[in-house]
Amino acid sequence: MTDWTKQKAERARRVAAVTSLVSGKVVEPENVTSLLERIICSGDRVCLEGDNQKQADFLAESLTRVDPAQVHDLHIVQSGLVLSEHIDLFRLGIARKLDFSYSGPQSGAIARALDQGKIELGAIHTYIELFARYFVDLTPHVSLIAAVSADRNGNLYTGPNTEDTPTIVEATAYKNGIVIAQVNKIVDEVPRTDIPGDQVDFIVEAPRPFYVEPLFTRDPAAVTETQILMAMIALKGIYAEYRPRRLNHGIGFATAAIELLLPTYGKQLGLQGEVATHWALNPHPTLIPAIESGWVQQIHCFGSEVGMDHYMSARSDVYFIGHDGTLRSNRLLCQNAGLYACDMFIGSTLQIDLAGNSSTVTPDRIAGFGGAPNMGADAHGRRHISDAWLKAGREAAGNNGPLVRGRKLVVQMAETFGEGMKPAFVEELDSIVLARKLGMPLAPVMIFGDDVTHIVTEEGVANLLLCRNADEIEQAIRGVAGYTPVGLARDRVKVEALRQRGVIRRPEDLGIDILQANRNLLAARSVRDLVTWSDGLYAPPSKFRNW
Amino acid sequence: MEKFTIYTQAKSSLGGKRSDTLTGVVASGNLEILFERKGEPLAVIVEVMTASHGYQHVWEAVIKDFVARVSPGGMYISIHDNGARPDTVLLRLMQGARLMEARS
Repeated sequence: MTDWTKQKAERARRVAAVTSLVSGKVVEPENVTSLLERIICSGDRVCLEGDNQKQADFLAESLTRVDPAQVHDLHIVQSGLVLSEHIDLFRLGIARKLDFSYSGPQSGAIARALDQGKIELGAIHTYIELFARYFVDLTPHVSLIAAVSADRNGNLYTGPNTEDTPTIVEATAYKNGIVIAQVNKIVDEVPRTDIPGDQVDFIVEAPRPFYVEPLFTRDPAAVTETQILMAMIALKGIYAEYRPRRLNHGIGFATAAIELLLPTYGKQLGLQGEVATHWALNPHPTLIPAIESGWVQQIHCFGSEVGMDHYMSARSDVYFIGHDGTLRSNRLLCQNAGLYACDMFIGSTLQIDLAGNSSTVTPDRIAGFGGAPNMGADAHGRRHISDAWLKAGREAAGNNGPLVRGRKLVVQMAETFGEGMKPAFVEELDSIVLARKLGMPLAPVMIFGDDVTHIVTEEGVANLLLCRNADEIEQAIRGVAGYTPVGLARDRVKVEALRQRGVIRRPEDLGIDILQANRNLLAARSVRDLVTWSDGLYAPPSKFRNW
Repeated sequence: MEKFTIYTQAKSSLGGKRSDTLTGVVASGNLEILFERKGEPLAVIVEVMTASHGYQHVWEAVIKDFVARVSPGGMYISIHDNGARPDTVLLRLMQGARLMEARS
């Protein structure tokens, strides 16, 4: 007789092994490491909730203290590898294999650990790609998650940073896995139930609140005139041309500048109400002036942002707010919204090659992708239309026949020179060099050239939809690459011909008054201005305060 | 510090009446450019004081584009770069020319 319930029996065995360490569902902090040693078995797939913001940091620290002789060869499957403890798991021999999406501050450490053979890398995924695999072949055996509060039955309130939690728990709890949550406080009643208690096995009140990284705050005081000029080019050359109402912005300064120009330059161009009304977007403080000026109807968020909670609670017509009055974010659903329901993605990149492939990987840093490849990809499964989507598709096809489908606008913004005069335009991406060095069969490319529709630099905008072959794409890219070696090597005759066809448009072609490219054009020129715009509701983290 | 002067010719002289203008401030990542209306009507003289060595070919490319785009004949231009990137230099040059063309 086949036993069809082996997973269920194994789960029961593990839960029974820790009865002496728990009281109901509650574990005391000092017992957590012992509990993990009994609950987790060598070779398990483990998700140690590290989103790009919220971190199950106490559970991470506790996991690094298990005895590697007892628990080893874990397969870590989580979206963000952000804390030094995450790397320690590999260094100490507790974990061996890794599948992830984003590494941010640990990007250098991951590259070193890979080089030393401490990490066996499965793949670098996009967020929804990794979440999809949670339900197919990377289902966690044990998930260690973070929430703001729990009641004694294990009902969890995640607070505004719900992020990945519902997805992780869904995959784990319904496939005989074990879910352990660290919470800031155990309470009698949670303000709202983000995760039902029957999906949570154990809870621990952590000695300190979980860490949240402010990732999306860009100080208007640091926006340069070059970035303002690029924002003007984008607004006039793309927003005014295609009128995308539904969109996603990246998190860099280039798009922060656009946000700060909506109430000034955008209004001057008559775009209010015509573009950027519905968003899949993190709570960017730099969008506050546009929201307060009445540009924005609705925003769904991947995560939250430090300091934005009160502002969002008070603007429930714009944000998704629970009946308890706080934001509910959800990375899986918002990524899906960005993929299928947005007409445009616009964001910064570090390197672009001559085919328009773009990457943020450098030889000694593997930063991962996060959501950019999904935001910055044309969804071939999309079937609903919008004017912006159809216009882009028709430009690419060169006609508007009955079966010409639309295209998502995927706009990459790059200042031609980055930090330390490093050119953003290159003959070969660093990621290809890195893949060769590490023997990776596929180089980590953030956005492939065939998905990119426009490139904006301070020299102008290149419309790749209108390019008809690889040579035209190359010259269109060289034609906006400024004084980088790639830009200086342009074929001037071909570039001029592309300009005549409107493939390349310079500020003067767009009728942009260069004297307006000035910090006075920003709706807010400092973090303090943002606080004023928000009616005092935005509470910036201390590192952004200088008053 | 590297110092050099680029001499070139424009197709026409720059419009406007202003005798001089100053754009930018010397600060981190920024630069200062002084425009003066003096010399031959089609001549363009650009005096560069730069903090970074070995970029003269880039400067020449920037000035060539600037002259082709706005035809600033009759301008004596002094640039005090503060390690500014070429894009910032070009932006400031374009802004300076626009200011010189202004009526008052």
